Amino acid sequence: MANLQYKGLSEINGPLIALDHVSGVSYEEMVEIALEDGSRRYGRVVQIEGDKAIVQVFEGTSGMSLDNTRTRFTGRPMEIPLSPELLGRVFNGAGRPIDGMGEVYAKQYGDVNGRPLNPVSRTYPRNYINTGISTIDCMTTLIRGQKLPIFSGSGMSHNKLAVQIVRQAQITGEDNASFCVIFAAMGVTNDVADYFRRSFEESGVMSKVVMFLNLSNDPIIERILTPKCALTAAEYLAFEHGMHVLVILTDITSYCEALREFSSSKGEIPGRKGYPGYLYSDLASLYERAGIVAGRKGSVTQIPILTMPNDDITHPVPDLTGYITEGQIVLDRSLEQSGCYPPIGVLPSLSRLMKDGIGAGFTRDDHSAVSNQLFASYAKVQDARALASVIGEEELSKVDQMYMEFGRMFEKFFVSQGADENRTIEQTLDLGWKLLSLLPIEELDRVDNEILKKHYVENAAQEFQEGRS
Amino acid sequence: MNKGNVIYSINGPVVTVRNASGFSMMEMVYVGAKKLIGEVISISNEVTTIQVYEVTTGLKPGETVEGTGAPLCANLGPGILRNIFDGIERPLKDIEKASGHFIAEGSSAPSLDQEKKWDVTLKVKPSDSVSGGMVYASCPETPAVEHRCLVPPALSGTITWTAPNGEYTVQDVIAKVRDKKGVEHQLTLCQRWPIRSPRPVSRRLPISRPLITGQRVLDTLFPIAKGGTAAVPGGFGTGKTMTQHQIAKWCDADIIVYVGCGERGNEMTQVLDEFSELIDPRTQRPLTDRTVLIANTSNMPVAAREASIYTGVTLAEYYRDMGYHVAVMADSTSRWAEALREISGRLEEMPAEEGFPAYLPSRISQFYERAGYMETKCGAEGSVSIIGAVSPQGADFSEPVTQNTKRFVRCFWALDKSLAYARHYAAINWNLSYSEYLDDLAAWYNREVDPKFMDCRRQITSLLGEENKLMEIVKLIGADVLPDYQKLILEVAKVIRVGFLQQNAFHKDDTYVPMIKQFKMMEVILYLYKKAKNLVDFGVPVNFIRETGLFDSLIKIKYEVPNDHLEQFDGYFQEIDRKLEALSKPESTPAAME
Repeated sequence: MANLQYKGLSEINGPLIALDHVSGVSYEEMVEIALEDGSRRYGRVVQIEGDKAIVQVFEGTSGMSLDNTRTRFTGRPMEIPLSPELLGRVFNGAGRPIDGMGEVYAKQYGDVNGRPLNPVSRTYPRNYINTGISTIDCMTTLIRGQKLPIFSGSGMSHNKLAVQIVRQAQITGEDNASFCVIFAAMGVTNDVADYFRRSFEESGVMSKVVMFLNLSNDPIIERILTPKCALTAAEYLAFEHGMHVLVILTDITSYCEALREFSSSKGEIPGRKGYPGYLYSDLASLYERAGIVAGRKGSVTQIPILTMPNDDITHPVPDLTGYITEGQIVLDRSLEQSGCYPPIGVLPSLSRLMKDGIGAGFTRDDHSAVSNQLFASYAKVQDARALASVIGEEELSKVDQMYMEFGRMFEKFFVSQGADENRTIEQTLDLGWKLLSLLPIEELDRVDNEILKKHYVENAAQEFQEGRS
Repeated sequence: MNKGNVIYSINGPVVTVRNASGFSMMEMVYVGAKKLIGEVISISNEVTTIQVYEVTTGLKPGETVEGTGAPLCANLGPGILRNIFDGIERPLKDIEKASGHFIAEGSSAPSLDQEKKWDVTLKVKPSDSVSGGMVYASCPETPAVEHRCLVPPALSGTITWTAPNGEYTVQDVIAKVRDKKGVEHQLTLCQRWPIRSPRPVSRRLPISRPLITGQRVLDTLFPIAKGGTAAVPGGFGTGKTMTQHQIAKWCDADIIVYVGCGERGNEMTQVLDEFSELIDPRTQRPLTDRTVLIANTSNMPVAAREASIYTGVTLAEYYRDMGYHVAVMADSTSRWAEALREISGRLEEMPAEEGFPAYLPSRISQFYERAGYMETKCGAEGSVSIIGAVSPQGADFSEPVTQNTKRFVRCFWALDKSLAYARHYAAINWNLSYSEYLDDLAAWYNREVDPKFMDCRRQITSLLGEENKLMEIVKLIGADVLPDYQKLILEVAKVIRVGFLQQNAFHKDDTYVPMIKQFKMMEVILYLYKKAKNLVDFGVPVNFIRETGLFDSLIKIKYEVPNDHLEQFDGYFQEIDRKLEALSKPESTPAAME
């Protein structure tokens, strides 16, 4: 049966083709389509109605006609070959090698759709990852097994930030040897893909990187498979070979647009902004593949990057992502414009898993106190700034002026740091306390008196103020 | 050529059968060779539509569909507590044993442990007449909860035989009943109930008691009653799940049903971990002893997500019928509504608002109406309270799920992004939230906590209201130009916001605050306001009062006064008297006297 070929098609519509009078077709199985010119395309069954099957063609349908194809149903869902030799290789969006080094010798095949991880088989992630970036380490701590997206906009430095996280995260921790990166590009430009490749090479991690590239000029339907292939590889390396895998998915917005295009060509009823109603479930099936399996050594940590259209955080893509992921790192365009790198907007950023991965035994006992206080004080800075924009800074009360000063110093010395600067957690926390000393001690209402006594040193921030003048 | 009922078409979780025979609406069916569980959702002359609760990858047309003759049912019996189920009550721990870390299609396992022996005490004897809802046996399900086996609601008759007290599994027959028609029925420890039908009760009782959660902003400002309904809407990162966790941990219900509906897998792991470590202050047992988890995470099949809410509330009703107070946490009902939308879209139904089906409001109301304070059929009192999280798209409360939920719940705890950004938790906005139970519960608060309670609460809310108005002015021209009595309102409102409303879930004393301490805190804040207001009326500047440090010391009461040493409040009253006394002496306030 598997070798039975069907000649011709009954309908072609966008990336979808329909075949009549087929039998024994199973839902979501892989399809191979041979064209007359000898080229081969692949597809997937997306709907069956009686003896009619609708197939989604990954490479697109251009050049296909109703009678120049031979279609073969493989009888299996989409699978990719898996082996530790994936490391160092480059694949296209559908998991086929494009680095000219031949096929991967497969130890086993993995269904790219994966299966839901049983909630009782998960281990709650607690092991924190030191990224050396103050705003992330102190205020939105990244945890091994977490999914923490970067919400960015076009033209902001999310790629630079992602590279810095990869470079600095991999040199901490006891079992550094088993660290690897899986990079899935969906609809990014050649330049961006190249930037990542060069950066990985320069920091000497290329042999520990697997790349899945679906660039912006590659077929759009293949884009829907790219993250699934990448995560299948990640799960294999993490849970079969005990590696700590960091998966970078960029750009999720392009992925969702591909999904929308596919959905509308299938004639589905659209939800918000034309995205299909199942966008949440679909994104969840990607993001939920991060985690740690009880009794296995490895972990899958995800950093999806998405560009918010028009910097709108309520757009369906960032919105649904935020509901699934365990926090978010939000980049702020006004910080970016003021020359601050990394331009992390501290207030809307959040790490949900941080509370259990910090404190005594993980980072330092005063960590949650200092980060809570920084959040609260920086939130007040925004109020003071709003007021200052109306009545002018000179007219502000003394305390509000102190907040203005604190806000400036915080952005200049805490948020901002060099692309190569790797701060230890102690440096970061001490820096936080020093900056808090710009405020009178009564204003620090989020901290126990005991901790405050231990860490609050008046005038500790003078070095910053002197440095400024 | 009819080969029986076979699959005709497949589209995601929706499967159709042509020219089917013998199916009834809402009947549970087994689909395909792997025996995936599904449910009949529409029948027409030609086509029967089935929604499948599992991944349909690999399904083929022509595979058989087998009916079970019964609607989708929950198995009710001892062994529910401490367990973790998926949306259609399959025990996840047993599924892990059967299919490994990743859930395979068609895995099945009985809901209740079939091997475990329970120490059963019979409550009836032969020739007793029994009717639906009566207790015929009981066994300790966990050290904290006694499980009472109830005669199925539709059955009544005379007991003809009982087993001796002793150890039995859930399938052992322990009693026999002859009904009026002379048919003999066997009673075991378990029974089945269709998840989409509410279990019957004798009557609904008026609402009179609060569900105490230990969270100040809820208990004091926006209380929910036992048998009440509440919605917790909020954008991502505003603390919906955190609020639900806090309530599940500390509220004074006997049983907690926690439904993780389309949420994160790690969150469910966290609940499992945390609840087994935390000790219930009332029973001195781990919280898991009174908890059942239903986990249908966002990557698990969407149709089972739709069912999980009903499974949860059916389990809750079962324990209510035993005479317990049950709280259901549904996190999040938006995911459930989206599951409805997704299936409705696959059925090509005509969409209403934002693609949601037109029957969304009626489904939401059917769900929330299953809450209530009831007299059960065995004469006991029990309640089901439902607290549903809502995840509005783009944190926009005007979207259909939030709006429709608002119509059917009586408590609305609106979470606020700007409070969450400032790490003010619980981030419940006191200007947007409301509770319609205040009038019903006022008598209870005044009787059980303090006669002045409702009065204090009113003063607190009016101060917050005043502050809200003043902030409009402050935003434009700054606080310095306000007259002193208004500055005082701002100072006191800050104490209320930071010292009272904001609560630290990770602090050992602050995570749960008993009602009497909540009242004392209000009382001391209002006392300071009253005394300070007198001084201000005499012309003492607010700055002087601020410099006494009284405001700051009141803000820290929540940490400084342990929950079991409330006598320390007296010290604060004295301190207020002493320090303000000093200010009222002429020599200390020369400026004011001029």
